[in-house]
Amino acid sequence: MTGIHIKLQEKFGAAVREIHNQHGDETAVADRSAFLTIVQFVRNNHNIDCDMLTDITAVDGLSLKWKPRFEVIYHFYSTKKNHRLRLKVKVDEQDPVVPSLAAEWGVANWLEREVWDMFGIRFEGHPDLRRILMYEQFSGHPLRKDYPYSKRQPLIGPKN
Amino acid sequence: MEMMNEMGEAGFSTTKLDQAIGWARKFSIFQYPFVTACCGMEYMATACSHYDVDRFGAGLPRFSPRQSDVLFVVGTISHKIAPVLKRIYDQMADPKWVVAFGVCTCTGGFYDNYATVQGIDTIIPVDVYIPGCPPRPENVLDGLMKLQDKIQRQKQEV
Ligand code: SF4
Repeated sequence: MTGIHIKLQEKFGAAVREIHNQHGDETAVADRSAFLTIVQFVRNNHNIDCDMLTDITAVDGLSLKWKPRFEVIYHFYSTKKNHRLRLKVKVDEQDPVVPSLAAEWGVANWLEREVWDMFGIRFEGHPDLRRILMYEQFSGHPLRKDYPYSKRQPLIGPKN
Repeated sequence: MEMMNEMGEAGFSTTKLDQAIGWARKFSIFQYPFVTACCGMEYMATACSHYDVDRFGAGLPRFSPRQSDVLFVVGTISHKIAPVLKRIYDQMADPKWVVAFGVCTCTGGFYDNYATVQGIDTIIPVDVYIPGCPPRPENVLDGLMKLQDKIQRQKQEV
């Protein structure tokens, strides 16, 4: 099915802030407060039926002067209908929190931990939000654009 | 092989103890492969029958540091795994040698970032550096021969 993003906007109105479709990549930007409802709809509506969460990632728009600064991006896929959908949620630097999907999608557990580790975006309701790639002693979030490029935090050895 | 050459008509050879031990040691290199990344593929290619490191007496990898002589550090070393590498090195019994396999281990390679150790020689001493991304098996064999040379020449602690 095509036009899922349009369908979402029709159903949720202003809670879907914007939609676009570039080269068949259908994308909807969801309002944070309605995010869980929209995800539930995307999963359970029998026309959309996205039963697989392929990836969660984020973009830091610091150098592009985005307001709000971060975009958390969810990629959904329907194994039955063979279509994809991207959902984005924009969050600000002061309050970088998104509801967690870990309860519904087991895969979201580690993906959210990765986004927390790299971007410092918290997932509300996550059962165990620890770093997953970096070590506990690491401070800061390395994929944020204001993390100094040459800053290293070695556990042993010289501070190179 | 030096021993053979020195064997004249008398049918016996004379050598120094150091040289004899060095000769024995350089042909019984039990390696510990510390493989973390893509260089591992090239390590396997070198270790398999086509290039056959067994010719140099290095054909038997041991997966216990206690039983090995040479630590092959193969692949990118991140700051997270660096303490593990140090610990493995500390657990090896003397005499021991270290080979840095691939540019990642030599200098950090192109991973000039928050995650990667900029050369394992910042953590443990290194005897032979084999650069390349990944190094070709010929290059690895060359490094292995250089290591043999080094083992042969050094003062043998017993
Ligand atoms: S040197 Fe190249 S091939 Fe070897 S681990 Fe590093 S990136 Fe991979």
